[in-house]
Amino acid sequence: MIGPAAESPVLETAALTRRFGSIVPVHHLDLVVAQRAIFGLLGPNGAGKSTTIKMLTTLLPPSSGTARVAGYDIVREPWGVRRQIGYVPQLLSADGALTGYENLLLSARLYDVPRADRRSRIDEALAFMGLEDAGHRLARTYSGGMVRRLELAQAMLHRPVLLFLDEPTIGLDPIARHAVWERLRESRRQFAMSVVITTHDMEEAEALCDTIAIMHGGRVAVQGTAAALRNQLGPGATLDDVFADVAGGSIDEGGSYRDARSTRRTAARLG
Amino acid sequence: MTPVAPGAPPHASARTESPAAFARHAAAIFAVEMRKMVRDPTDLFTRAIQPVLWLVVFGEVFSRTRAIPTGNLSYLEFMAPGVLSQSVLFSAIFYGIAVIWERDLGIVHKLLVSPSSRGALVFGKALAAGTRALAQALIIIALTLVLGVHVRLDPLSLCGIALAVVLGGALFSTFSFVIACVVKTRERFMGIGQVLTMPLFFASNAIYPLVMMPPWLQVVARYNPLTYLVSILRALMVQGGMASEGIGLDFAVLALVFTGFVLLAARLFAGIVR
Repeated sequence: MIGPAAESPVLETAALTRRFGSIVPVHHLDLVVAQRAIFGLLGPNGAGKSTTIKMLTTLLPPSSGTARVAGYDIVREPWGVRRQIGYVPQLLSADGALTGYENLLLSARLYDVPRADRRSRIDEALAFMGLEDAGHRLARTYSGGMVRRLELAQAMLHRPVLLFLDEPTIGLDPIARHAVWERLRESRRQFAMSVVITTHDMEEAEALCDTIAIMHGGRVAVQGTAAALRNQLGPGATLDDVFADVAGGSIDEGGSYRDARSTRRTAARLG
Repeated sequence: MTPVAPGAPPHASARTESPAAFARHAAAIFAVEMRKMVRDPTDLFTRAIQPVLWLVVFGEVFSRTRAIPTGNLSYLEFMAPGVLSQSVLFSAIFYGIAVIWERDLGIVHKLLVSPSSRGALVFGKALAAGTRALAQALIIIALTLVLGVHVRLDPLSLCGIALAVVLGGALFSTFSFVIACVVKTRERFMGIGQVLTMPLFFASNAIYPLVMMPPWLQVVARYNPLTYLVSILRALMVQGGMASEGIGLDFAVLALVFTGFVLLAARLFAGIVR
C-alpha cells in the first residue's frame, strides 16, 4: 500500500495483537482502510471487534504489532491520533443531564475548536443532524435516534479524518436507523471522512459499507465488498450466509455475560 | 468544509499538553460539572442532613458531659470544624460512583479519546467536587451560627476556610476517583466506600483531640489527610482555635497529597474502560 501521501490508507494495522492473560481477543490483525471508505467490521460476539476499536482509538494499548491511524502511530503518537479521529461508543455517550448544545460545547472545548467558531460550528452541527429545535433540551428527553445523531454531531464537530462507530444503530427503529445511515453518507460526502463501523446487522453492512471484513477468533476471516463476499460463497448466498459460514458453530456461543448485559442495557435505553 | 489531510499539523503529536491547554480542558470539565450541580442541587441539601444531626444530637450531648478536653473551647465549638470536615469527606468520598456511572454510560470513553490529557480531566472534576463541597460548607457554617458557635467571619478567615474546603473536597474526591478506577463496579465501590469513611473520620482529630488517642492511633491520624483539614478549619473557623502544626504546613500537606492523587488518577483513568 505504498503510494503518494494523498492515496495512503487512513488506517493500517500490522500484526496488531492484544492479549489478556491466556486470552487473545485480537491476534495478528492486518487491516487496511482506504480514505473516504465506509469500512464495516463484522463478526460474532467475542470475535475481537470491540478490542480492536479500543486499540485503534488509543483506549487500550496493543500487546504487540502496530497500527497507524490518520498518519499517527497509536502507541507512539496517541495524541496525534486523538486529534484526528471521532468516536461514538456503543454505549450512550451523550450526557443526559446536559442539553444537546452543552454536550456539543464540551466537545468543542475539549477539541480546541476556537472560541470564535464554537457557536456557529455547533449550530451548524445541530442543523446538519436535524436537531436544531432540540438543541436546548436536556439530552435525556431525546429519542434514541436523536441521541445517536447528537453523538455523531459531537464526534464530528472537530472534523475528524476518521470516524469510529461501535454498533451505531443498535436498538433503533428502522426510520431512526435510516436517518443515521443517511447522515453518515452525507457526512462522508461533505467532509471527505472515512468511517469504521462495527455491526451485527447485515442489512446495515450491506447498505452502508464499501468494504466488509468479517472477524473471527481475533483475525479477519474474509474481506471484500458485500457483493464479492456473497459471490464467493455461491449463487444466491446472502451476507447472513457468509457470516454464518465464517462464524461457524460459534455464532450462538460467543459473547460474555458482560457484553450481553451492556448491549441489552443500551438497547433498553434507546428503545 | 475543507477536508483535512491525514497527518496534519506537527504540534498535533506533541506528547504533552501546554499549561494553557491543560487549563482550558480542565475548565471545560469544571464548567460542565458546575452546570449539572446548579441544575440539580437537591443533593447538596440532603447531604447536609447528616452533619446537622452530628452537631445537634452528638454535639449537644457531649457538650454536657465535658468528658473531652477541648481547651478553652466549648465542645460544640471544638466539634463544628470537625463536622464541616466530615461533610467534605463524606460528600467527596463517593464521587467515584459518578465516575463509574459515567463509565457505564460511555461518557468516560468519549472523554478519554479526546485530545485532552487525563490529568486535565481529573483536575477539572476534582475542582468541581471541591466547589460542590464548598456549597455544602456554606450550609453547615450557617447552621453552626444558628447553634450559637462563634464563627470567625473576617474576610481572611473565610477565604482560608473556602480554600481549605475546596482543597479537601478535591483531595478526597480524587482519592475516590482512584478507587473507582481500580474497582470499576458500583457494587464493589459502595463496599469499599463504606469501609473507608468511618476509619478516616474516627482516626482523625474531628471529634476528639489527638492527645486523647492511644499512641498507635495518633500515628494513624497523622497520616490521615482529614486531620490536616480539621486542623486548618479549627484554626480559622473558631475564636481561640489553634492549628496543631501551623496552617502553612497543613495546607502544604493537603496540596501535596492532592497532587499525588491527581497524578495517580490520571495514570489509572484509561484503565476504567478496559
